Amino acid sequence: MNLHEYQGKALLSQFGVAIQQGIPVHTADDAVQAARQLQESTGTKCWVLKAQIHAGGRGKGGGVKVAQSLEEVREKAGKILGMQLVTPQTGPLGKKVYQILVAQDVYYGGTSPVQEFYMSVLLDRSLGKNIIVYSTEGGMDIEKVADERPDKIHKEVIDPSVGLMPFQARKIARNLGLQGQAFREMTRFVPALVNAYEQSDASLFEINPLFKTSDDRIIAVDAKVSIDENALYRHLDLEALRDIREEDPTEVEAGEHNLNYVKLDGNVGCMVNGAGLAMATMDIIQLSGGKPANFLDVGGTASAERVANAFRIIRKDPNVKAILVNIFGGIVRCDRVAQGIVDVCKQLGNMDIPLIVRLQGTNASEARALLDASGLPIQAVTGLHEAAEQVRACVA
Amino acid sequence: MSILVNRNSRILVQGFTGNEGTFHAEQMTAYGSGVVGGVTPGKGGQQHLGLPVFDTVSEAREQTGANTSIIFVPPAFAADAIMEAADAGVEVIVCITEGIPTRDMIAVREYLRSRNSRLIGPNCPGIITPDEAKVGIMPGFVFKKGNIGIVSRSGTLTYEAADQVVKAGMGISTAIGIGGDPVIGTTTREAVELFAADPETEAIVLIGEIGGQMEADAARWIRDTHLSKPVIGFIAGQTAPPGRRMGHAGAVVGGTEDTAAAKMRIMEECGLHVVASPADIGRTVREALAK
Repeated sequence: MNLHEYQGKALLSQFGVAIQQGIPVHTADDAVQAARQLQESTGTKCWVLKAQIHAGGRGKGGGVKVAQSLEEVREKAGKILGMQLVTPQTGPLGKKVYQILVAQDVYYGGTSPVQEFYMSVLLDRSLGKNIIVYSTEGGMDIEKVADERPDKIHKEVIDPSVGLMPFQARKIARNLGLQGQAFREMTRFVPALVNAYEQSDASLFEINPLFKTSDDRIIAVDAKVSIDENALYRHLDLEALRDIREEDPTEVEAGEHNLNYVKLDGNVGCMVNGAGLAMATMDIIQLSGGKPANFLDVGGTASAERVANAFRIIRKDPNVKAILVNIFGGIVRCDRVAQGIVDVCKQLGNMDIPLIVRLQGTNASEARALLDASGLPIQAVTGLHEAAEQVRACVA
Repeated sequence: MSILVNRNSRILVQGFTGNEGTFHAEQMTAYGSGVVGGVTPGKGGQQHLGLPVFDTVSEAREQTGANTSIIFVPPAFAADAIMEAADAGVEVIVCITEGIPTRDMIAVREYLRSRNSRLIGPNCPGIITPDEAKVGIMPGFVFKKGNIGIVSRSGTLTYEAADQVVKAGMGISTAIGIGGDPVIGTTTREAVELFAADPETEAIVLIGEIGGQMEADAARWIRDTHLSKPVIGFIAGQTAPPGRRMGHAGAVVGGTEDTAAAKMRIMEECGLHVVASPADIGRTVREALAK
């Protein structure tokens, strides 16, 4: 589950991580009010207005603006709020901006130069341990840095038996070229960041840029935070931060029915039991000349009710020109699933697009007989090859 | 031979008296697996399905001589259950539970490093050695005895692969579902190593999916050790968009090296028989063995 920047920063702040101060608002009036408040509390002379959407590259799409006066805050906030923000990560339709973060300026002048670093905490799957990834090359796309200057990317492994040790924070501060006050600040920042990550069951904390101010303070200027969904049961406070406006409405509805559904942009819908087989079925659709319209795992049981909900959800997508059902019956009997499909089709009425049903496993032949005898325009198949051929015929 | 489980497996069920534990204990027993009892804290001393219930794994192990455990406890208690089994010296621990927090699994893996237990899963269908032992939730009838080892991150896709292998006239030595989570007990490479050392296994079916480096690691190991047994590989998720989680917690493309295309390329470079369509698994195994 992803958090907004302002939510991520608030979480960091709770754990003593130094952040760029800011106030999230919904209107231009509130933005001006927030700007005044920040001026009083931080002495900032100008403000940064940042669109709060779940996507990176916001600056490139015009979602981040600097305002030099309160009038400019009102004007620019008004422009960002409500805009359809398109960034390299949103896709061509972009995302609507409901909220902006009014933040203090951190580039104020001082005795030492400002610096932008990169730091993230995440799981290294191969090691089965969390790692800190950091770089002197902050403020830009880290994938690009990794490609062009891999020597500029450092990694520090957190040993689960002892946790992050203080010397590791000192090593990181040293490798970032810090000295004196900034060095000491970094040795406090890193453990606080790791503690926040671990205590909130995060799967990613990405701070980019991680900023050194001209008076040698180390602060998080951006925060990309993802929480492990499996751990939300013990973080009800974090679960409450979920913003469903950032999600596809059909996916939200599917989730309410406990269906694992991901919307894609193809023309052949599919309904499958099991995640691996569901991905494999999407691949078959593509290899047969179609394009998968979705990922949908109905789960191991594939009960009639789940099948009905799954069909309704797939049918909501107007691009779907055919549906492929692929069930491998194990504990669940294929004839039961087939009966569920027949009932649902009769209930939903006029199925005006081809429905290919592949049932394999327990009682597969009984299931096929049941589908064939139903009088419904269902193309029943038993092998994956047959299913692929039927998809090919439908999309040709 | 076979790997990990066989007719000498003495199996404990953790979460024995719950719905899942009860149902699958019955199914496993009906298959002929040697289920010897179970653990449900607080219900020790009772009988369930005609078998003894214990409060702790260590007591259960002492009383029954169990060497294998299968875990059906809910996600919040699963990490504790795995560590309890390892502490009691259970050799093979199969965790079926889906939805365990990653932080818990990092702790489990660390805990297991200094112990002699092998963990399979979590979020997996388990292990089956046909005609000998089913320690899992898979439909037993699909898996006919034979000489093909299967290792897979998925449940139903494992059944699909086994079904194709059987319909192509062969059978299964052992099939392992290693699980769909980002942190698991036994990796693809470790499973391949076990099959490589098993004289009964003549070919290996390796079923992976998007996310992580496990298939690439296994492929490089196969190349570096000049494994003589043919390995047939399939990666699910060729059409999955980056950054989206495809059902399994671990099935998400995070970079350029963990896409299906990248894994298939690495597997091909390492000499595996890579199939693009999951419909071709059985046929390709037969062809690879005929060479």
